[in-house]
Amino acid sequence: MLLISCPNCGSRDETEFHYGGQAHVPYPENPNDLTDREWAEYLFYRDNTKGTFAERWLHSTGCRQWFNMLRDTVTYDIQAVYPMGVPRPAAPFPPAADTGTASTGAASTTPLSPSTAPEGATK
Amino acid sequence: MSTQQLPEHPDFLWHNPEPKSSYDAVIVGGGGHGLATAYFLAKNHGMTNIAVLEKGWLAGGNMARNTTIIRSNYLWDESAAIYEHALKLWEILPEELEYDFLFSQRGVMNLAHTLGDVRESMRRVGANKLNGVDAEWLDPQQVKELCPILNINDNIRYPVMGATYQPRAGIAKHDHVAWAFARKCDELGVDIIQNCEVTGFVKDGNRVVGVKTNRGTINTEKVGLCAAGHSSVLAEMAGFRLPIQSHPLQALVSELHEPVHPTVVMSNHVHVYVSQAHKGELVMGAGVDSYNGYGQRGSFHVIEHQMAAAVELFPIFARAHVLRTWGGIVDTTLDASPIVGTTPVDNMFVNCGWGTGGFKGTPAAGLTFAHTIATGAPHKLNKPFALERFETGALIDEHGAAAVAH
Repeated sequence: MLLISCPNCGSRDETEFHYGGQAHVPYPENPNDLTDREWAEYLFYRDNTKGTFAERWLHSTGCRQWFNMLRDTVTYDIQAVYPMGVPRPAAPFPPAADTGTASTGAASTTPLSPSTAPEGATK
Repeated sequence: MSTQQLPEHPDFLWHNPEPKSSYDAVIVGGGGHGLATAYFLAKNHGMTNIAVLEKGWLAGGNMARNTTIIRSNYLWDESAAIYEHALKLWEILPEELEYDFLFSQRGVMNLAHTLGDVRESMRRVGANKLNGVDAEWLDPQQVKELCPILNINDNIRYPVMGATYQPRAGIAKHDHVAWAFARKCDELGVDIIQNCEVTGFVKDGNRVVGVKTNRGTINTEKVGLCAAGHSSVLAEMAGFRLPIQSHPLQALVSELHEPVHPTVVMSNHVHVYVSQAHKGELVMGAGVDSYNGYGQRGSFHVIEHQMAAAVELFPIFARAHVLRTWGGIVDTTLDASPIVGTTPVDNMFVNCGWGTGGFKGTPAAGLTFAHTIATGAPHKLNKPFALERFETGALIDEHGAAAVAH
C-alpha cells in the first residue's frame, strides 16, 4: 500500500485517495477544430510510462483537494508531490529498476515548497 | 480425453534454438496469446518460418499469474462472438493439441447482490441466449443447490439475490495450456526463443523490417505484438501510441483442501472470484490497483477487501490460510475490450488490451490474430476490436461483463 504525502494533510494511506490518471493533460484550446483523431487522443490516449510518471491524486477522505505526484511505476517510489497548476518538476530521477521496494512515505517523498504554487493552484 | 489426471511430463516439450537472422514473422511475447498466435499461423496459414520471442521464460508473465477462468457470457454481440468462439476452441483443443490441460467445464456463477445487479444479470442472460451462449438465471435456492458452501442468508451485508450461470464455462490448467501450445508450435517448426528481450524495431520508412533484441537484430517481414501489460512500451519503441493503461491485478491461493467448491463463483459487486484448483487450492482473484503500475505486485488493501467478501460469502473459508499472493500487469482499455488488428506501422500488428480477462480468450485471440498477420486484414471476429474504434466511437463497452472493475 502506498503512503502518500498529501500536501495539505500529511502522510496518509493510499485508501484515503482517489487516482486521477496522467497529470498535465490540458483541455483542447479549440475543441471545435479538433479532428476525430485529435479527439481520440484527448479522450482515450494517455501516456503509460514505465518509470517516472506525473499523475493526479485526490485526497477524497481528507482535504478533498487534488494534487500532482511524480511516482515511479516500477518501484512505486514517490518522488515528488506538488500542487495542481505547477509545471512538472524537472529534477532528474534515477531510472526505474526492475525490482524495488514500495515507498514508505515521507522519507522518500520530496514535496516542493508550497511557495512555488501559484495563487489558488490547489483548487 | 480424461480431464481427471495430470498428464505425464514428456522429456521435453520444445527446443531452445538460437535466433535465426530472419523470419517470415516474429511474435513478440511468449505467453498464451503469443504461443496460440504462432500455433494458428503455422496450422491455418502454413507459416512455419516464424519465431516467438520471450524476454523471460515461456509463459512466465500473465499466463502464469491468472485465475484460469474460462467463460463467454459477455453482453455485446462482438464480445460474445469472440469469447464464445474461444470457448468452442477450448472444447476441442485438448484433442487437437494432443495434450490434456485439464479443461474442466464445471460452470461459472456470477452473483447478483442488488436489484440493479439482478436486472443487469437477467439482461445479460437474455443477451447471451440470443447469441447462442448457454446462460441461465438462478434464484438463491438454486445457487445453494449448485454450490452448497455459499452463504445465501439475507441478513449479510450483500445478500445473494441470484446469479447468472453458464454451465459450459470452467477452468483449465494454465501452465499446461501454454506447454500444449508450445509443444505443438515446436513440432510445426516454430522457433520459441526465451530470454530474448526486444529493445527496438528496424523500420524502412513506415514499414517494420526487423526487431532489435538483446540477442541481435532479427530481420522479419511481419511483427505481431502480444505483450499484454507491456504493449504500450513496445508501441512506443515502434513510434506509435496505444490507448492502454497498465495496472497490477492480484490473485492468491490457499493451501490445499479437500474438494469443497464444485463450480466457479464470481461477484462483481463485492469483488471476489473463487474456484478450487484440481490439486485443491482455493484460487481467488481481486480487483486491479487503481494506479498505473508495472511492479507485478499490488496493494494489500485490495487483498484485504476481497478476503472480507470471500469469508462473508463462504463462511467455510474463514480458517483457510493464504499460501501466496501475486500480481500480474494487465493492459486495460477505456471500454474494457481488447485491441486486435493493424497498427499505424505497416506490417506491424497488435493484440493487447485484454485487461483482466485475457486467459479465456487465448485460443480466439491466437486464431484471429494469426489471420490478421497472415492476410494483413482483420478476421470477422476481431474486426470490431480494431484500434480505429477509439476514433470512430464504435466502442464495445464491456465494463459490466469484464468481472473486474477497471
